[in-house]
Amino acid sequence: MNPVGQAGRKGEQVRSDCWISVELRDGGGVSIDLVSKVESMYGASIRDAVGKGVAALGVSHAKVEVNDSGALPFVLMARLEAAVRRARPDLKAELLPEMKPWATVGTTRDRFRRSRLYLPGNEPKFMVNAGLHGPDGVILDLEDSVAPTEKDAARLLVRNALRTIDFGRAERMVRINQIPAGLDDLDWIVPHNVHVVLIPKCESDDQVEAVDERIEKIRKAKGVKTPVYLMPIVESALGCIKAYKIAKASENVVALTIGLEDYTADIGTQRTNDGRESFWARSQVVNAARAAGVQPIDTVFADVVDMAALFASVQEAKALGFDGKGCIHPRQIEVIHRGFTPTDAEIEKARKIVIAFDEAQKKGLSVVSLGSKMIDPPVVKRAQRTIELAIAAGVLAADWREGGGGNA
Amino acid sequence: MPKTPGLAENAVGRLVPAEINGREAVPYKGVAKHRPTGNKAAPKIATCADYPDDGNKVVSDIKAALLKAGIRDGMTVSTHHHLRNGDYVANAVFAAAAEIGVKDLMWFPSASFPIHKPIIEHMKNGVVHHIEGSMNGPLGEFTSRGGMKGMGVLRSHGGRYQAVQDGEVHIDIAVIAAPEADPFGNANGVNGPAACGLLGFALADSQYADKVIVATDNLIPFPCIPWQIQGNYVDIVTTMDCIGDPTKIVSGTTEITKSPDRLRIAEMTARFVRDAGIMKDGFSFQAGAGGTALSFAIYLADMMKEAGVKARFVRGGSNKYLVEMLEQGLTDYILDGQTFDLDGVRSMRENPRHVNTSPFTSYSYHGKGNFASMVDVTVLGATEVDVHFNANVVTHSDGKLLHGIGGWQNCLFAGCTILPIPSFRDRIPVLVDEVTTLCGPGELIDVIVTERGIAINPLRQDLLKAVAGSKLPIRSIEEIKAEVEDICGGAPAKPKFGERVVAAVKWVDGTVIDSVRQLAG
Repeated sequence: MNPVGQAGRKGEQVRSDCWISVELRDGGGVSIDLVSKVESMYGASIRDAVGKGVAALGVSHAKVEVNDSGALPFVLMARLEAAVRRARPDLKAELLPEMKPWATVGTTRDRFRRSRLYLPGNEPKFMVNAGLHGPDGVILDLEDSVAPTEKDAARLLVRNALRTIDFGRAERMVRINQIPAGLDDLDWIVPHNVHVVLIPKCESDDQVEAVDERIEKIRKAKGVKTPVYLMPIVESALGCIKAYKIAKASENVVALTIGLEDYTADIGTQRTNDGRESFWARSQVVNAARAAGVQPIDTVFADVVDMAALFASVQEAKALGFDGKGCIHPRQIEVIHRGFTPTDAEIEKARKIVIAFDEAQKKGLSVVSLGSKMIDPPVVKRAQRTIELAIAAGVLAADWREGGGGNA
Repeated sequence: MPKTPGLAENAVGRLVPAEINGREAVPYKGVAKHRPTGNKAAPKIATCADYPDDGNKVVSDIKAALLKAGIRDGMTVSTHHHLRNGDYVANAVFAAAAEIGVKDLMWFPSASFPIHKPIIEHMKNGVVHHIEGSMNGPLGEFTSRGGMKGMGVLRSHGGRYQAVQDGEVHIDIAVIAAPEADPFGNANGVNGPAACGLLGFALADSQYADKVIVATDNLIPFPCIPWQIQGNYVDIVTTMDCIGDPTKIVSGTTEITKSPDRLRIAEMTARFVRDAGIMKDGFSFQAGAGGTALSFAIYLADMMKEAGVKARFVRGGSNKYLVEMLEQGLTDYILDGQTFDLDGVRSMRENPRHVNTSPFTSYSYHGKGNFASMVDVTVLGATEVDVHFNANVVTHSDGKLLHGIGGWQNCLFAGCTILPIPSFRDRIPVLVDEVTTLCGPGELIDVIVTERGIAINPLRQDLLKAVAGSKLPIRSIEEIKAEVEDICGGAPAKPKFGERVVAAVKWVDGTVIDSVRQLAG
């Protein structure tokens, strides 16, 4: 029997995806059977892409069936490659879509990470417009949102998304699978300008080191120049106990976050709205992150309807010391950003401190003072951050020193 | 197969039939260019002595009613869409006509729905010759494939009234589905198991048809109050077990879209209305059904509350959210063309400020003015929009006829017409070089709101100026289109059509603005 590989989805409910079957043959060339919702518009283009795709993967003889529900080209190519790979597991070649100019943007270690939007890694329809909603980060998820049987297909889709989609100003993040299985995910994403790798269910510094080493190896092999940052997620009692070591495990760690669903199960309780059961863990993460000099980021808020509850939760997170929060629906982004926006009183205080700092610098003083009070360096740093946040949120003009008029 | 009639080029460069089903047709000349003269059509003189003194016009069933109305081959029979996808009446009428054995009827519905799929069989077996109305879903597909004998004619709600008033269409028999009626023929849509709100779409038919039949499943003793349809126009009343499926007439729940992109589009539309200064005390708006339009109304209501602004009137399709606005005092009136949910029906029944309208008050070209042009801002949908702001609502980009025009063309005359639309659906670009079917000329379409930005028609420099300096993402339509084509992998190929025109698209004045060709293959 000829080897057959199938990938993707078809059916009435399916949108923006396709199902592809590839039967490898010994002769007879490549035949393509296409059924497509967009036949009249892109039928020729799909046949052309499939023909070129199988050739690029080194397949000369095959029966290819495509059932298309309006898949965009990056999806079509990912599904085709997944089908061929399933028919021929030892396949070396990759079918890489052209790297778009907007996919080459960089990131910085200290950028804001107020909101991060989770996108299921095997669901194409939410990916293309995710950046339009303005999150600080998008997370292409290979872990819990992907069925165990679809991990291979999701890797290819995520890789193609990284190469082709304009995520705007959002930082490009991928949540890999739990270590050690997740290490293999890295091969598929590190060469394609991923900014931050999220390490789920992280319980030790060894796991962070393993990820870091694997990334380093791939960077060298593929000539990747830009750094790949890490954001471990602690989701267990052990992870929380080791939070500081985890945050300190690599200089590439830029943030530490917490996953409360698994954590509460692990400590033998349930999540409540009150959140008393997770207070220690969240504080532990804040303190571990701050001690390690990385950003503490709060868990995901799962109720996508109750925006008032989300806002309250963001304010609580901010009060606990967190810099960001996870979300699963784009409508949550604006609420999260609003929640992390400094208040007028906070901005006013920060302005005074920053101006005092600037004046001390100008005068060459090593001590910053405001009135009769000495201002310590962490307070100055915090004030500068508050000003940056206020500017990013659009509540303070970028040229506030000139326009805003100093001490009000 | 019928021959293709001669084609003429109209004012928007589209080739349109010069003759439709044996009658001469006028090619579209431009907005407000066609000015027919003479007298309106008139119904036959009736004599009350020919009707029972006790007012009882009831006959046993639809078949008996059609026979009494004198149905014969080639007649025009009309029905209406106030029962929407729950309507049992149109199917019952043509089943009865088939039993009687008449042929070549013209069906003149105010709109059709997927529930009317059985009409396809009646077209195949010759009972129905062709449809002039809307050809939705399966009927559209059948028409696009060339299945209909005659040429379909698509008209707006206002265009349907215009065609009846200027004699372009003469209705032989009108069958009006009535959620409540009395034996005299007075009827309304606010009471009864199939309550749907109002019967405005049947108004012209009641006044102009030769014979008017009222079909009800809720016959009450005279008088039926309110009489949205006056029994003095009605020839025959008949009863059915059930005129429609209430769960499909009004859903009872109104679905707000959960799609993040559509919510974004709805919110941007509301912000545009606010920031352009349209949202001010005493203003008016119209928003249709559909998830995006509903969400628009919700966002706008919030912004109105925040700014302390009150509307003078809003135009429905009413729903729960418009009713809430009325009840919270955010608008003085709802002037309603149809009701989309049970809250709308209840409000119309109970609230004197929730007023029913008809295509005559709102849309007719032969009125001495109409409401639609008095609305400050209207929010509509489209299947395609081109770089000249021309829009399509009847066919999809694959060339298939799938929707009717509804009140869409009529609403374009509002002070500001906004189309909130996704820039692409799956892999189907909505912004294109040239629309497949031109239903509305770009000069009447002012703003396109997509998830990727807002494009303002360059003809509306006033709007461009009004939002300059706002935070709205204003972009050119060409720029957004180019972005979409990059995402979709190039510009889409055009559908392949045969020669034959299967349907003509009328403009609000009765001229022909475009034609729909049979699909090739």
